[in-house]
Amino acid sequence: MGWIGDNLGLIGGLGLEHLRQSAIAIVLGFALSLPLGWVAWRYRLVRGWVITITGLLYTIPSLALLILLPTIVGYSPISQTNLIVALTIYAVAILVRAVADGLDSVDPAVRQSATALGYGSARRFWAVELPLAGPVILAGLRVTAVSTISLATVGALVGVGNLGYLFTNGLQRRIIAEVLAGVVAVVVIALVIDLLLLLAGRALMPWARPDGRRARRRRVRAALPMGTTA
Amino acid sequence: MFTARGKRAALTIGTVAAAALVLSACSSSNPLDEPSASAGGGSSDTIVIGSQDYYSNAIIAEIYAQALEGAGYEVERQFNIGQRDAYMPEVESGAIALFPEYTGNLLEYLDPDATATSPDDVYAALQDALPEGLTALDYSEASDQDTYTVTQEFADKYDLKTIGDLANVDVPLTIGAPPEFEQRPYGPAAAKDVYGVDLGFSATGPTTLESLLAGAVNVADIFSADPAFQTEKIVALEDPENMILASNVVPIASSAVADEIADVINAVSSALTAEGLVALNVQSTVDEMSPEDIASQWLSENALD
Amino acid sequence: MNLFLDALRWIFSPERLEGSYALPILLAQQLYYTAVAVAIAAVIAVPLGWLIGHTGRGREAAVAISGAARAIPSFGLLILLVLVFGVLRTPQAAIVTFVLLAIPSLLAGAYSGLEAIDRRTVDAARAMGMTEWQILWRVEVPLGLPLLIGGLRAATLQVVATVTIAAYVNLGGLGWPIIQGIPLRRFDQVLGGALLVAVLALVLDFLLGMLQRAVVPRGLRETRSGRRAAPKNSADPAPRAAVAAG
Repeated sequence: MGWIGDNLGLIGGLGLEHLRQSAIAIVLGFALSLPLGWVAWRYRLVRGWVITITGLLYTIPSLALLILLPTIVGYSPISQTNLIVALTIYAVAILVRAVADGLDSVDPAVRQSATALGYGSARRFWAVELPLAGPVILAGLRVTAVSTISLATVGALVGVGNLGYLFTNGLQRRIIAEVLAGVVAVVVIALVIDLLLLLAGRALMPWARPDGRRARRRRVRAALPMGTTA
Repeated sequence: MFTARGKRAALTIGTVAAAALVLSACSSSNPLDEPSASAGGGSSDTIVIGSQDYYSNAIIAEIYAQALEGAGYEVERQFNIGQRDAYMPEVESGAIALFPEYTGNLLEYLDPDATATSPDDVYAALQDALPEGLTALDYSEASDQDTYTVTQEFADKYDLKTIGDLANVDVPLTIGAPPEFEQRPYGPAAAKDVYGVDLGFSATGPTTLESLLAGAVNVADIFSADPAFQTEKIVALEDPENMILASNVVPIASSAVADEIADVINAVSSALTAEGLVALNVQSTVDEMSPEDIASQWLSENALD
Repeated sequence: MNLFLDALRWIFSPERLEGSYALPILLAQQLYYTAVAVAIAAVIAVPLGWLIGHTGRGREAAVAISGAARAIPSFGLLILLVLVFGVLRTPQAAIVTFVLLAIPSLLAGAYSGLEAIDRRTVDAARAMGMTEWQILWRVEVPLGLPLLIGGLRAATLQVVATVTIAAYVNLGGLGWPIIQGIPLRRFDQVLGGALLVAVLALVLDFLLGMLQRAVVPRGLRETRSGRRAAPKNSADPAPRAAVAAG
């Protein structure tokens, strides 16, 4: 474990930076995708556009986005802002759909009964629809978190210090242990965050906890419209 | 265990906490992010030193840093920034005060039409091309420039000394190099013009050395400071026509601090030889030493600390 | 806007059809690596997913492994494998990297397709005397095809976007203009390459979307009463497949 043993401090420091950068992008992405996803769900006309544009954003190769955003917007390409903006864009691209699908999965009968009980539309959203959409949104959030943490490594190509540095530096110096340390560190951080989100979901949404077939099928049925034809 | 109200409170607190995290992160000054705006950094004694995302360049930058610290300066390090597009604006604005660069490559970046190729010409042209506010200190004998390199075996077999000798080789030649080499004014097209050598091109990039050693290509563009020149049996072919752009290590400094630090840095530059740089790189790749250790060792060996 | 026009000009200039880095060649390389990786991943993941969906067992393990696979940074893995396999086996290193990338979505598409089927249908098939194999092939797989194709769509999109890094290790593909353009500061080239990848991804997504609609068995095509009509043409199925995977 020669190189790794000698450089634990470096790996740890880079890991913390990596986590911080990813966390900001995930939180921002989540915050932005809630209103966007709600708009896409509520206004059917807009939905197609939102989906197409976010899908398009997702397909732009990350390296290209990192170089081009600064030339268009004007901030420094080596700043953390650049990386975090790019990561947030990808996070929003995934989460907007999850929010829209989650809201879709709420049984219309439940919404109607909430209205019948006298809930205004705002209260109904926060107290009924959003919580019920929670499991689907959480699933999307978990995927987003993992992919953001994995994707953040490209920051190394524009000099943002994070675990991606271990790849480029390890390749240049041909130190396999360094590259391996980077890959393992990214995977570990991603899985830990994924687990934390899972546990947070279980704590905050106990009604979704029974992971039996019925609960699974309820979530899966939300995705069914993709399978059946329009 | 959780009441509905308790849960809502937890969610609200969680959201507020997350927002606070985001806001604090946006506004806090991150040591890896933009340094303070005044030339050279905060106090007039703090010098901000940058480096490319290239381990060899980072070693040289670390040497500068420790040399200046030895002379009593405060130094802030901003290493491993990516491409020139990423760091040049910072250097030009004075946010970074000192940066180890390479004469030829930087000249190419600033003035793509420049025609100088020999070390002195390139240095003179670079001084002209540098924007206001930047000064080039003395350049070093150490270089990190493109080469046309072959294995010792291949050179012996075909009796190769110069690039022009490649024209006598009877097997098809392919050169492995970084992707952009194909378009450079000293790339394969130039080799044809200047030396009459026909070369196919393979964009081997980071795997160039291995490709040469494995025989996937028979010529390779190995940078002259590559540790392989010490550890492997390869030889760079001579370039009597000065086709290849010379690229020596040169410290680029913000004009505001250039005079102050010139003595310290110029001493470093004159002590840094071509083989010396290769040896430093060997310490990084083969011995896997950290840049800090390599730098302090070199400085004490050269009595510059 | 200027840059965009420059990029278009770069794409459509006649030199793009010459030399060993001509656009048709790069496109072919991009498609080749995408197709091979997705095909190998499908051979591994789809039967496994069907097994999980049919027997109802092993789902947690599959979800956990998929989650772990999704966490692996492709760029890092590619570099690691190139260093480990050696430079002469770079294509193999790249294929392994892309296969690992594609497996999670295909696996999820396979088992969620089967899970979404109404249990009563499967019970009816069993009651009719069908063997397990017959149930799988004649009932579950056809009914599960739409979600499976959805997983295929997600996997293909991810792989085609990631194959752009293959150019970093000299495997060509549409990443080449980006990788070469950045050090040369030719941003028309960089944007041109990026646009081409994006367009390719959209085209593939559109085609697979049509395939997804085409494989819905005839009997399922009417919308169920009381259900919201399905939205058309969702451009990025990745979150849906993820959602379906729970």
